[in-house]
Amino acid sequence: MDPFTQHTGTVAVMDRADVDTDQIIPKEFLKRIERTGYGRFLFNHWRFDENGGLKADFELNRPEAAGASILIAGRNFGCGSSREHAAWALRDYGFRVIIAESFADIFQENADQNGLLAITLPADQIGQIKHGLGPSLTVDLEVCTVTDDAGFLARFTVDGFRRDCLLQGLDRIGLTLQHAAAIQAFEDCSN
Amino acid sequence: MTGPRTMLDKIWERHLVHSEDGTPDLLYVDLHLLHEVTSAQAFEGLRLAGRPVRRPDLCVATIDHNIPTTDRSLPVLDDLARRQMEVLRDNVAEHGIRIFDIDDERQGIVHVIGPELGLTQPGTIIVCGDSHTSTHGAFGALAFGIGTSEVEHVLATQCIPRTKPRTMEIRLDGEARPGVSAKDLVLAVIGEIGVGGATGHVIEYTGAAIRALSMEGRLTVCNMSIEAGARAGMISPDEVTIEYLRDRPFGPDSDTFEGAAAGWLALATDTEATFDRTVVIDAASIEHQVSWGTNPAMVGPISGVVPDPADVESQVDRQAMERALTYMGLTPGTPFRDIKLDRVFIGSCTNARIEDLRAAAAAVRGRTVHPDVSAMVVPGSGLVKRQAEEEGLAATFREAGFEWREAGCSMCLGMNPDVLAFGERCASTSNRNFEGRQGAGGRTHLVSPAIAAASAIAGTFAEPEGNT
Repeated sequence: MDPFTQHTGTVAVMDRADVDTDQIIPKEFLKRIERTGYGRFLFNHWRFDENGGLKADFELNRPEAAGASILIAGRNFGCGSSREHAAWALRDYGFRVIIAESFADIFQENADQNGLLAITLPADQIGQIKHGLGPSLTVDLEVCTVTDDAGFLARFTVDGFRRDCLLQGLDRIGLTLQHAAAIQAFEDCSN
Repeated sequence: MTGPRTMLDKIWERHLVHSEDGTPDLLYVDLHLLHEVTSAQAFEGLRLAGRPVRRPDLCVATIDHNIPTTDRSLPVLDDLARRQMEVLRDNVAEHGIRIFDIDDERQGIVHVIGPELGLTQPGTIIVCGDSHTSTHGAFGALAFGIGTSEVEHVLATQCIPRTKPRTMEIRLDGEARPGVSAKDLVLAVIGEIGVGGATGHVIEYTGAAIRALSMEGRLTVCNMSIEAGARAGMISPDEVTIEYLRDRPFGPDSDTFEGAAAGWLALATDTEATFDRTVVIDAASIEHQVSWGTNPAMVGPISGVVPDPADVESQVDRQAMERALTYMGLTPGTPFRDIKLDRVFIGSCTNARIEDLRAAAAAVRGRTVHPDVSAMVVPGSGLVKRQAEEEGLAATFREAGFEWREAGCSMCLGMNPDVLAFGERCASTSNRNFEGRQGAGGRTHLVSPAIAAASAIAGTFAEPEGNT
């Protein structure tokens, strides 16, 4: 997994609550057996009309959202299905960070597994970001801050273990296998 | 841990492989369920890392999401779907994992076959790359959905790292009204607490109305825990659980059954134990439910009307409601009983068990599907299908004009050819009414099997005759 330390990028704002993973990556695109290449299907039914044309009023299609790598979202982002394809699609499209009021549990885990930083901020700070947008934000996982050039500063909290895994891009299976003896002992006891 | 413990505490402790400050606990997984859609990349990851499957004997696979529900002897025409199924077959063959394939009568929706085969047992930890894994908690198991990276993790290690979630008791006191089903109860709960209402929590359902449910009903309730955002849903084992599990092919054999059953009863949350949150709902206050929006919390009693966004104070909620009503093509104030339907779907891991089909058939018997409605029944497994045929339920459905299909997830998520056309309106016994869930532009209303069946006859939302 790619480590995540610090990221500076422009922002796209998605002003909706309860964005579900069926919207992030519709089921039509879950039959592939690869982990890559899902970005072009991200929010497919919201981004494109029936003829494949861009829907001008969709948040990610607005000119100011072009090239954005930080997504600002509402509460309960990523609810619904456990499909990791949602995290793959967001990464593949170009997002590195999602800032929301809250996340669904499984989505948060899937984001972590893919070096996609999903962090929460209170609604008022998200409101400040939405309404006082500078050209870009910087998200620093080492010091747990979100800043911009105009003096905006927000601190976020993230569980220490999650943070270490993201900062170092740790292989979580490898971490668990360090406890192979404990796993074996557990199995021996159960049999 | 000493002192009074919840059921979650008890299951957690007995699965603890490793625990240290500052890292998640490492838990042992008793049963890993696999299906074709979320496993291919996990097996590929193992291959790339040169890692074996640690315990193929604790994995069970089936094919459910993609599979057509028409004649099983016909080839699968969708190349991508067929390839995904073939890749699963290759992977389980390579690693020696048991599969219930489409030529096996025991094939079916993964959350239907686990319980009916006795694979799902109280006190166990069960994972699957599917959010509706919460279903299995109905037996007093800790069961939750995981992403594909964690499917790979469990294949490689048979363990999963987790920080212990908070607990939430949802107590349904009193007695449900006649005809009000488990589906109505759980939809009302989600409507009450919201789609993110249980995020970060494991729900334990308690109370007289839960105890009164059959195993099938409890499975329906726990199935939809994820629709309130919960990590998992659980119900402590009792005599209903024990009797359901007796003589199941993969359950304890007759020599060890009574001992196992005594252990299951000891899983119950201790009387003095406390939950982080408790929500109490009077079951007698709950009517038949119909969802009107684009998430499962957008739901109301069938006697009601489509709500008006103008009555909503929060701007975020008002906009969400406006968007939902636009997508659903609904006007505020319209009585649910006046909404005309194009399709009816009876199936899914929520409501495709034998009891669900019995309830639906009872509402259909001797009547005919409305001429404007196309209706289908998709049993949850090959075994449910056979039982329904033996009981005459299939004949009832067919004679009324329903299509009677082979087992699979089908139009719950429409990854197979069973999809809504753009703009079609469907009464569905499934679990999600998200935009496009059953087909791009399709409009899903979540209901119970009895309401779906009665609505297929009426052509609009309706309760079974004699039950209004």
